[in-house]
Amino acid sequence: MSSPGSNWSLDIFRAIEARNITLVCTVPDGGLTNLLDLIAADEKIRLVTLSTEEEGIGIATGCWLGGRRAIIAMQSSGVGNCINALGLPLAYRAPCLMLVTMRGQWAEFNPWQVPMGQAAKPALEAMGVRCFPVERPEEVGETFAAAADLAFNSRTSAAVLVSQRIIGAKGFGQK
Amino acid sequence: MTVAPNKIARRAFIAELLRHRGEALIATGLGSATWDCFAAGDSPEFLYSWGGMGLAVPTALGLALAQPDRRVLAITGDGEMMMGLGSLAVVGDQGPKNLAVLVLDNETFGETGRQRGLTAGRVDIAAVAMAVGFSDVMTVTEQGATAALGHFLFARPGPVLAVAKIAITEDPWALPEKDGATLAHRFRTSLGVEKA
Repeated sequence: MSSPGSNWSLDIFRAIEARNITLVCTVPDGGLTNLLDLIAADEKIRLVTLSTEEEGIGIATGCWLGGRRAIIAMQSSGVGNCINALGLPLAYRAPCLMLVTMRGQWAEFNPWQVPMGQAAKPALEAMGVRCFPVERPEEVGETFAAAADLAFNSRTSAAVLVSQRIIGAKGFGQK
Repeated sequence: MTVAPNKIARRAFIAELLRHRGEALIATGLGSATWDCFAAGDSPEFLYSWGGMGLAVPTALGLALAQPDRRVLAITGDGEMMMGLGSLAVVGDQGPKNLAVLVLDNETFGETGRQRGLTAGRVDIAAVAMAVGFSDVMTVTEQGATAALGHFLFARPGPVLAVAKIAITEDPWALPEKDGATLAHRFRTSLGVEKA
């Protein structure tokens, strides 16, 4: 899909466009900055800023019930906020696609990020969400595309987990 | 200061209000709001929920953004609304003109044993909605307010929110279909976004 070192945010953006996903809900994360900038600059895709990530699960479900495709983009700490809400798309058998940028794993500096970062994948799996971890930037686009097709075509819940190895650990001025 | 007890009887109130809905889509919060709408007369344009506390307004917002030419009304309880209070700010930020919210406020957690709710004291959900960018809000305390309330919820440019101070009542069970996939299918086919 793309060469090593290429812009994985742009790869996701193109996959979003190609699938007629026209609404992106988010509580922002540093790792999502480039993608959110691309979305904010695009008039065909509506950006919805949330107060907490679980709202995005409700909004995306409501969107699909009304015939529009949406996704939710968040940091791994936001996964914990979504747990009960994830029952909603499952109950309606609605698609649910989450894009999660990971903290609390590769070279994490902040110990407060570690518990939810480490629990994000098992917690999602406990709620019936198929997880697609990605460790290499050149695989992000195709992984997102595959997860999106699974979610929308098979009406299931899926999450793409973008490794902290791809994003880079936040330095907190420690470099 | 003595405060008069809430006197609106919810079932008759919702039935009367929904006579004014026209083609509006109704998304209900879990529990009594769902039972009230089903008791008023079932419709494929009613999107019921049996769970997901705090998500009635987000779900209705998603629906309103997907169907900008249809009026969308979320009907929910005070406890459900308090759990999703932040979502009012998201609505205020997005500013959908076709979205309305009705909070049925009996100041208790009615489904779980009538424990005291947060709105029994100083918490004012309508004031919150106004502060986070709703275009207008309304509080009703009278059974006969349904015509004015109907005009407010179904015709006023949104987002608008109304609080109805309802009585604590014992109403007959009125339970709609609970299979979500069935509810989603009938709702989406009625909108024409899914094949029958």
